[in-house]
Amino acid sequence: MDPKALKYSPTHEWVHLDGDIATVGLSKFAVDQLTDLIVIDLPPVGKTLVAGKSFGEVESVKSVNDLYAPVAGEVVAVNDAVAANLQILAEHPFDEGWLIKVKVDSTTLPADLLDFDVYEKKIADEAH
Amino acid sequence: MYKLDTPPLLFESSRPGRSTSIFPTSDVPTKPLATLMPATALADGPPPLPELGELDVVRHYMALSTLNMSIDSNFYPLGSCTMKYNPKRNERLAALPGLGAQHPYQDESTLQGLLEILYDVQSMLGEIAGLPAVSLQPAAGAQGELTALLVAAAHFRDLGLKRTQVLIPDSAHGTNPASAHLAGFDAVTIKSDARGLVDLDDFKSKLGDLTAVFMMTNPNTVGLFDPQIAEIARLLHDRGALLYLDGANMNAILGAVRPGDMGVDLMHYNPHKTFSGPHGGGGPGAGPIAVRADLGKYLPAPVVARDADGTYRLDHDRPRSIGRVRAFFGNVGVLFRAYCYIRTHGPEGLKNVSRHAVLNANYLLSLVKHVYPVPCGDRCMHEFVASARSLARDRGVRAMDIAKRLIDFNFHAPTIYFPLIVSEALMIEPTETESRETLETFAAALLAIAAEDPAMLHDAPHSTTISRADEVKAAKSPVLVWKPAHAASTPSENGRSKSNRAAPSVA
Repeated sequence: MDPKALKYSPTHEWVHLDGDIATVGLSKFAVDQLTDLIVIDLPPVGKTLVAGKSFGEVESVKSVNDLYAPVAGEVVAVNDAVAANLQILAEHPFDEGWLIKVKVDSTTLPADLLDFDVYEKKIADEAH
Repeated sequence: MYKLDTPPLLFESSRPGRSTSIFPTSDVPTKPLATLMPATALADGPPPLPELGELDVVRHYMALSTLNMSIDSNFYPLGSCTMKYNPKRNERLAALPGLGAQHPYQDESTLQGLLEILYDVQSMLGEIAGLPAVSLQPAAGAQGELTALLVAAAHFRDLGLKRTQVLIPDSAHGTNPASAHLAGFDAVTIKSDARGLVDLDDFKSKLGDLTAVFMMTNPNTVGLFDPQIAEIARLLHDRGALLYLDGANMNAILGAVRPGDMGVDLMHYNPHKTFSGPHGGGGPGAGPIAVRADLGKYLPAPVVARDADGTYRLDHDRPRSIGRVRAFFGNVGVLFRAYCYIRTHGPEGLKNVSRHAVLNANYLLSLVKHVYPVPCGDRCMHEFVASARSLARDRGVRAMDIAKRLIDFNFHAPTIYFPLIVSEALMIEPTETESRETLETFAAALLAIAAEDPAMLHDAPHSTTISRADEVKAAKSPVLVWKPAHAASTPSENGRSKSNRAAPSVA
């Protein structure tokens, strides 16, 4: 997926909306910050997500971090391949490394999600 | 720098029949084993224990002991942990039979000396806190947090108020939200502002009628004293909520300011950080708490009381108490060391402890900040959080690499990647017990490392038995049990590869 076409949460999750299905992943910046990944906890299919609330956890050698739902809805698919092999997430966070697919409650994305340019600027500011 | 060979395991050093046991000649008649025990009770063979001479064993453990890094052998600037030097004298005193040989089931009349000491510890901790009601029971800082939050919960229950939330800054120790959760509250995160202090707007927006407690660490984990604390206390008290102080950083403010005077209602101490309790090692620890006078009735029972005639006793008659949180009187050995430490220094001495801790941290900060920027200000309290992010961006050298390389310079690493609000964080706390020369040598090492070859740094440390461990493998598939088959598949002596060895040792 083209990172420029995605929306980003301030907590570094990305969203791609196709119809009423949102694909959710973790940005390359976040993955790089985490360094070596150890384990990821993803929700089961059927789980209802609340926007802004934790839907899972990712643990690296540095820290354990919550994954926050950028959209509200129901989990319709989980990327089991990533859970089994975190190298996929580390190397391809925007493609094969997607985490979950969500059937969204509303096809209007929350207003706090950022465009690529704004997100890039935000993380550049954080890096200084 | 020299390099040690990996010492062989005891099992690998074993040779059949080797032993130094010398048994006296038996003076009872011997009988075949089968005539003494039924066959079903007998093992098929002897247990697979290593056979070694006593000298083999002594050298083995002696060699292992030299691989340790400790405050007795190395500078240990582990931020937030206050790894100060603990005077050996306090250890010696704590081992005196008059203390160490007491039994908690003894009659109180025979424990008057111990009870007096504990009573004095209560009084002194209450005085330093500016909060007069003290419980010595909690066995660690985190249990102190939990106990204090249970006291707060009892307070709100008695008032008939439904208070479900505990507010916690994003720079807080991880124990804060854990304690809130265990005590039955929901943890609500409060953001830090650009200065590294509590974001007052975010705080105000989350403070409400459900707020029970705000858990504040002051100075906070980026080493800054939050001057907004009086305002925060006022806002909380206006809403009927309580202010909790995580006392992890008391080493910065002893005698300079009393938490109670800042509006704090409850707090815990970490004697292993502040008052010469043994550092880490899995305990025993202590996490005494001090609370406002009117909250004292909820403290765990018993507390040590003093009667008008000077007799000390355990006061069990506390009907509003939340109950016991620890057997007997808490971990007396740790509390006694705190007693020795506080009495030795006295009020003026404790102020000097904090002054020197703050001075040392600021001096070290000034020596390294041009290479390791300190995002949250040029001045600090007892610790500071430097960032390796410019090194990471420009040279691919991360906080982890620097921490590992410091081992080659005979320094323990600082805390890294905490607090989470600073990227590539190096959290450095030199403490008051280090000399100027040590601080300068450490700063020189940090500066030297920043200029070293990144590829070499990625593989550091180079001087240790185990170099860079595979932490992912160690976490995901640790090898915790040595099996003979493992040895048989590799050559004898020190045949195991470094990577095989690295994984279990860090797990």
